[in-house]
Amino acid sequence: MSDVVVARSLDEAQGALADHPGATVLAGGTDLMVEINRGLRRPSHVVGVAQVPELRQWSIADDRVIVGGGVTYTEMMTTPLADAAPALAQAARTVGSPPIRNAGTLGGNLGTASPAGDTLPVLAALNAKIVVVGPDGERRMALDDFVVGVKRTSLRPGELIVRAEMDRPAGRQEFLKIGPRNAMVISMAGLALVADHDARAVRCALGAVAAGIPRARVAEAWVAERIDWDNGAGVDDEVAAEFGQRVAAASSPIDDHRSTAAYRRHAVAVLATRALKRAFTEEGAADA
Amino acid sequence: MTSEAVNTAAGGSTATGTGADTIVDAGTRGVGANVGRPDGVPKVQGRFAFSSDLWADDFLWGHTLRSPHASALIRGIDIGPAVAMAGVYAVLLADDVPGCLTYGLEHGDQPALADGQVRYVGEPVALVAADHPDIARRAAEAIVVDYEVTEPVTDAEAAPTADPIHPDGNIFREIAIRHGDLDVTGEVVVEGVYEVGMQDQAFMGPESGMALPDEDGSVELFVSTQWLHVDREQIAACLGIDEEKVRLTLAGVGGAFGAREDLSLQVHLCLLALHTGKPVKMVYSRDESFLGHVHRHPAKMWYRHHADRCGRLVKVEARIVLDGGAYASTSSAVIANASCFAAGPYKVPAAHIVGLAARTNNPPCGAMRGFGAVQTCFGHESQMDKLAAALDMDPVELRLLNAIAPGDRLVTGQVITGTFPTAEVIRQCAYAPEPEIPPSDDRRDLPGGSGRTTDAADTVRGTGFAVGFKNLMFSEGYDDYSSAACRVSDGVATITCACAEVGQGFVTLAQQIARTELGVDEVILAPAQTATIGSAGSSSASRQTWMSGGAVQAACREVRTQILADMAADWGVSPDGLVLRDGLVVSLDGQQEALLAQVTAGAGYEADVEYHHAPTEPLDENGQGNAHVSFACAAHRATVDVDPDLGLVRVRDITTAQDVGRILNPTQAVGQIEGGIAQGLGLALMEEIVLDDGLVRNASFTDYVIPTTLDMPDVTIAAFVEEPEPGAPYGAKGIGEPPTISSSAAIAAAVRAATGQPLPRIPIRPADIALG
Amino acid sequence: MPDPYSLRVNGVDCEVADSDLAESLLFVLRERLGLTGTKNACTEGECSSCAVLIDGVLTCSCLVLAATAAGQEVTTVEGLSNGRDGLSVVQEAFVDEGAVQCGFCTPGLIVAVHDLLEANADPSDGDVREALSGNLCRCTGYGRILAAVNTAAEAKRSQP
Repeated sequence: MSDVVVARSLDEAQGALADHPGATVLAGGTDLMVEINRGLRRPSHVVGVAQVPELRQWSIADDRVIVGGGVTYTEMMTTPLADAAPALAQAARTVGSPPIRNAGTLGGNLGTASPAGDTLPVLAALNAKIVVVGPDGERRMALDDFVVGVKRTSLRPGELIVRAEMDRPAGRQEFLKIGPRNAMVISMAGLALVADHDARAVRCALGAVAAGIPRARVAEAWVAERIDWDNGAGVDDEVAAEFGQRVAAASSPIDDHRSTAAYRRHAVAVLATRALKRAFTEEGAADA
Repeated sequence: MTSEAVNTAAGGSTATGTGADTIVDAGTRGVGANVGRPDGVPKVQGRFAFSSDLWADDFLWGHTLRSPHASALIRGIDIGPAVAMAGVYAVLLADDVPGCLTYGLEHGDQPALADGQVRYVGEPVALVAADHPDIARRAAEAIVVDYEVTEPVTDAEAAPTADPIHPDGNIFREIAIRHGDLDVTGEVVVEGVYEVGMQDQAFMGPESGMALPDEDGSVELFVSTQWLHVDREQIAACLGIDEEKVRLTLAGVGGAFGAREDLSLQVHLCLLALHTGKPVKMVYSRDESFLGHVHRHPAKMWYRHHADRCGRLVKVEARIVLDGGAYASTSSAVIANASCFAAGPYKVPAAHIVGLAARTNNPPCGAMRGFGAVQTCFGHESQMDKLAAALDMDPVELRLLNAIAPGDRLVTGQVITGTFPTAEVIRQCAYAPEPEIPPSDDRRDLPGGSGRTTDAADTVRGTGFAVGFKNLMFSEGYDDYSSAACRVSDGVATITCACAEVGQGFVTLAQQIARTELGVDEVILAPAQTATIGSAGSSSASRQTWMSGGAVQAACREVRTQILADMAADWGVSPDGLVLRDGLVVSLDGQQEALLAQVTAGAGYEADVEYHHAPTEPLDENGQGNAHVSFACAAHRATVDVDPDLGLVRVRDITTAQDVGRILNPTQAVGQIEGGIAQGLGLALMEEIVLDDGLVRNASFTDYVIPTTLDMPDVTIAAFVEEPEPGAPYGAKGIGEPPTISSSAAIAAAVRAATGQPLPRIPIRPADIALG
Repeated sequence: MPDPYSLRVNGVDCEVADSDLAESLLFVLRERLGLTGTKNACTEGECSSCAVLIDGVLTCSCLVLAATAAGQEVTTVEGLSNGRDGLSVVQEAFVDEGAVQCGFCTPGLIVAVHDLLEANADPSDGDVREALSGNLCRCTGYGRILAAVNTAAEAKRSQP
């Protein structure tokens, strides 16, 4: 490694990236440093962005939540973001351990673009736009256009993840995740579900069960028609179970050392059923 | 559990025997007291030097190139690109091993560096020394090895008939135990096939050490290990030099659990140091650690239990296959243990047990806490539950009906002559009050934890029970003695013993013993090393409290005898009337008193002893013989909440009772029990080395998961069952392994009870429950 | 060789020269500054044996590129003792409750418990377990560690 720049402003970060467009951006280090420590990556130029104030900002409006790329998981859980984007906070709480959550960032989760990235289903369900800046200026894109494969993004050389802009719908949000123990796990299957009472819509996205972060759009549309939006927005058990099956159809899991495709597909159905019931039943409302 | 709970537990112990020894009162810091560790303060301050913390002027970093293939011939190795790199001081291959190329604890079949062939993924092929760890790693990557990949043998059951992987063949050991009338059959018969995955010891401190060469061709090695002297023997043979020229000192050990009984980097460090003439340090990364030490043997077990209608066991038949991996390690002893204890701690009039440990191209397996007894405990306890169901009988009653006791015979024909309170242990655990577990909506208490998968309404509760046992010390005629020296000078005792302190607390115990025997307070522990004292044997097999504790006790008593004899002569009294107490030599009649510090001024008194356990015999061709020294048992009752739809489990309580002989340090005993149970919980629910054609798929703490604070419940110690063991120092039995033996089986039974699923395999994976 | 940089560790400025910039803070603390109390168990953020405080924030030092910590205040386990033989209440509780066995996880736990009790003087059992869920221990099964945290919390609360 010949060069480490610790950027103190967005301008500095962009300048450093302009000097070395192939430079590696280092945020919380929770993914990149694992590879550096193991000798799997040996970047020659590193631009540290953990101390860039512009990236650490967040804001909450009536209909929108904006989270800077440098906002940590701990901040997602402990600031007013936790009320404005509860599923984001729930997802953040499942990431690693407290010191990992102190370091890891939303931008890092996006940049790594693992299908098991815990915040990604939440961003998908909240219709997030990912904002990047680079030599050609600013680009805004949907998560689908940003994450283009397993650990692959459409980020261009010299570009930096600045923020994610997401909806703030009126309705409950749920994030559920399965791992091999009760804390500190990589996701075997994850699911975010968002109720939008104004739009009379349900949005549901999946983690760790496909190459990308699929939205269960067919199931979303199906269930939106079966929710009694005018009278307490209830949902009956049969609908919830059927919804689970339809969500599972949106997954395309694989067998690997963490689990099997069959289990993941099954688990997605269970998680979707539970998430829907929590979001639309009185028990769920009481749990809020 | 709080500290009050520890006291309660100790207070609740049941002492039904008489003391094997008279314990000399040594105030509050002797045997039996809650004494703190002598290394506790430096460890909490970060000042304790572990084997990865070593430093020397101008030292080099060693690195190991390992095989990426489970089976391959090596057609050639080009070290040129590595040698050419700046900062590289040595690149060594098999040809550079000057002595015997192979080593091993029982059979020397494992090459220090691969010679023309690799037999498992991770096998060391080449060594590099460089002035920076990353340069050493890059140099290793630059070595070009021309492999001709061959088809690996990865199925232990098929291995015996497959082409030999090694000149010594594919069978490490086959053992048959034939006991009693094998033609007898029971009125009730249950059969089952069970499987145990490959567990890893996953100690926290990775393999590490430093070797320092001497100009006379000798080498000094600071290393974390379980057995200094047997390391030295193997290292010296590989280096082709006298054992005296290899001097080992124990560096701080970050846990062991069996994984440091075999050599890992010891020979490599010494080779590099002698070759470069510089100190060389090695520290394995976590992924390398998973490849660099042996694992617990995965097992496949078939069982058939016969009982009469009342539930009395009539016969047990079993066939056990252990996958030993590529090299022998301790496989032949592990399969003996698995077979000897396959029927459990029960009276079994007839048994036919066949055990096989086979060689495959999987990673080598060897010692891990419980050593063969863990695997078969899961088998026999699963069978006992199945038998209870077939008999429509309470599973605890069934166990009590068949519980073995002193005077009974094991399936090896050996009569139990020591204490063995199996029934009391079962009763104390099974009939302890049910834990109070208030309903909770806190997701941290529910299956799935912070993943928010599960509401209380999604769970079902189950309780399971299991009991297990194993031998203490080595078996089958092995004389695993220990050595210790005691010196008392100026009133201060110094104990020298090469017993490897791996975290278990022997250092505390050695001080307690010296205080009790010598009536002193200050006890210095000399470094554990090969140059100053003989072998202490291995810190394994629950043996060091008995063996090295026994050696320390004997050395102290020898010194005490010398002192008392001299004082008796001085005072013209009988030594029988004198004792050491509170830093004084005193006569029991109160007439004489002298300061021990004055009596032992200057050179003082010294004794050096070897302590041996009662001899044992090899097993005969029918697996019969007095092969074991002593036995200990424990029972566990697990209470679990299961989310059956997702297959997630939260263990809510483990209640245990254990046969301990006598407790020498209550807090340390609790620590061993809680820690052992955590490893049993891991095996039951999450821990497994996942292999794909011999390739380890999860060599990291990301994917080899061990229990966290949110997985491990409070442990309720219903009782330390204290029946002092005749012949054991202070009557104390080793306590390290029993907590790991039956805790897995109890948890599996609890999950079965909750779900109604058969679950014949551990670890139980979510899919096993959710998809049946 | 790259330019030297300076780290402030336990209140002392330390020059780091002749280093490879790819080195983690963990490596630099241990191998260049001789502060081996911070432990190297996994170097992938999965065990917290290497936990330190950076500007007061609990962090895995293995996941910090050392050069990026220049200008920040690093506190290691060595910086939490009150003098060579002085023990903090957390350290004292770990010794007294038998929370230490092999001790390899201990420094990371000491730092994590200090951090926990700074933020929450009276944590519930669930709070403690969640806060320490990243600190892997293989010896103790956590029982004595959790007892030590309770003892330390009580001792801290009763301090004037």
